[in-house]
Amino acid sequence: MNTVSGNQHLIELAGITKVYGMGSYAMHALRGIDLRIDKGEFVAVMGPSGSGKSTCMNILGCLDIPTSGTYLFNGIEVGALSRNQRALLRRNYLGFVFQGYNLLNRTTALENVELPLIYRGASAHERHRRGREALEAVGLTGWGSHTPSELSGGQQQRIAIARAVVIEPEVLMADEPTGNLDSTCSREIMELLCAFNQERRITIVMVTHAPEMARYARRTIQFLDGLINPEEPSGEGRS
Amino acid sequence: MIWETILLAFRSIRRNVLRSSLTILGIVIGVAAVITMVTLGDGATAQVTADISSLGSNMLHVRPGQGFRGPGGTRSTADMFEVGDAEAISREIFGLEAVAPAASRSQQAIYGNKNWSTSIMGTTNAYFQVRDWNVESGRQFTGGELHSGKTVCILGSTVCDELFGDQAPLGATIRLQRLSCQVIGVLESKGQTGFGRDQDDIVMIPLRTLQRRIAGNNDVDAIYLSAQEGISTTAVKKDIERLMRERRRIAPGEDDDFHVRDMQEIVSTLTSTTRVLTALLGAVAAVSLLVGGIGIMNIMLVSVTERTREIGTRLAIGALEREVLMQFLIEAVVLSSFGGLFGIILGLLAAAAGAHALGMPFVLNPGIVVIAVAFSAAVGVIFGYFPARKAARLDPIEALRHE
Repeated sequence: MNTVSGNQHLIELAGITKVYGMGSYAMHALRGIDLRIDKGEFVAVMGPSGSGKSTCMNILGCLDIPTSGTYLFNGIEVGALSRNQRALLRRNYLGFVFQGYNLLNRTTALENVELPLIYRGASAHERHRRGREALEAVGLTGWGSHTPSELSGGQQQRIAIARAVVIEPEVLMADEPTGNLDSTCSREIMELLCAFNQERRITIVMVTHAPEMARYARRTIQFLDGLINPEEPSGEGRS
Repeated sequence: MIWETILLAFRSIRRNVLRSSLTILGIVIGVAAVITMVTLGDGATAQVTADISSLGSNMLHVRPGQGFRGPGGTRSTADMFEVGDAEAISREIFGLEAVAPAASRSQQAIYGNKNWSTSIMGTTNAYFQVRDWNVESGRQFTGGELHSGKTVCILGSTVCDELFGDQAPLGATIRLQRLSCQVIGVLESKGQTGFGRDQDDIVMIPLRTLQRRIAGNNDVDAIYLSAQEGISTTAVKKDIERLMRERRRIAPGEDDDFHVRDMQEIVSTLTSTTRVLTALLGAVAAVSLLVGGIGIMNIMLVSVTERTREIGTRLAIGALEREVLMQFLIEAVVLSSFGGLFGIILGLLAAAAGAHALGMPFVLNPGIVVIAVAFSAAVGVIFGYFPARKAARLDPIEALRHE
């Protein structure tokens, strides 16, 4: 994983297809995607429901494997990895933020943030230190002992972001991170993501429905019917 | 890696106190029920066995009439024995330890202003030997007292307590109806028989005294005898039957007008009763264990369904399938062990309390403890593990989408 060189892209998709079901029932979710994302980018993925953007995110997040095509992550062919190898890849290089937060209930914010570190075998001392740092970075200093049910949606999503960045990932995969939040909270979350992108050079790939959220990204990819829509070429989103 | 997993398991148990305690409760109830029931059943069996041995397992008795002594009916038709019958048995039957002729009457025993209705038994010192019954204080009858029918008596401990309370009974004179009787001894306590009769509610006087001064005849109601160690009571019983038929001139083919009963008969009646009792308790306990097992199963299944999203989250952030599984397995093992432990403690306490309340001995059966705990632990682990395995094998995307 230490082969990042100047001319290599962090993420490289070539001819990715994904088919669910078989024969005449086959559903072609992705029909041949080519995509390159470089380290430090902030990419927004947009498109109507069923356009294949979620499927693409799952493949990018190493949660799913493509039916055909190649996915190189840091030069590694993800399609050839076993289930466990992909889990290890996620554990070490990927952070996830979900629309529904997916925090563990009845578990304190700090313990939620520490969770990925436990699987990485960090010592208790290191876990606490890095967990508190991550909470501080999302502006929740002092909230570590609260459980998700005691916190607002915005605060819960901040914890989820803290959990994603605590491992200092290469890429943060955000699946509609502001989908359940009001506009004020959404802006705060987006600013937080921008800060991580700019200050820590964490690559961010974010699925969103809202154009105003997509504007925070530097590049927007439009999905339509399992393909990247060439009508709206990717370009600088933010002015 | 294993420590992290144990840590995760303990965190998970701690943060779901209600679910964890419900799971534990199922195991606790199952284990405690089985241990209590079986321990009480074993206690009852031990009690009965002890009662039988308090009667003397090598003891036989001969009574006139057939079968159990009915209310009068059988008695009137058959002739009573006399002392000569006892002497003949003693002389002619091989392998006897002691032979005691006895007769009894119900009578009031009076001392001072105390009055106690009891049974008066006239017999010889051989009776104490047959019953393996010692005089706790004082002495047995002397040969002279027995021979001449002196008015002396030996009290059972119940009668002694009722009449004398804290006073010293020895040397005192009690009245048995019109008969004044000097107390020369007090018997040790025998407790109740297997049928619930108080064996200590008795006053012993020389047989001749009873015959002459109370009954007014020479009848002997029963002959008690004990076989020597290693002599079959069944063989003795046959010999006595033959001898008594001869003495009572019963023609071949005619029914006996007396009955020889050995303890073997009583033992088998009682043991079969307690065996049924223990089986019944065992069945009830098995049902409790089953219900407890179903409780564990339900909670484990519900909790895994509820936790599918959690499993999805863990898988997404990079947990391996086996790490998630190991966590659930450890949770199940820890919960089952705690439940088993509390169940043992609760079961033993309940059994001890029950045994105390029922006046039975507390008999610990380690086998049933092992079985109960093994069953509950197996249920806990199996139903904790297999649904978790199903969830851990899901695609993380599927698990995350789970509502």
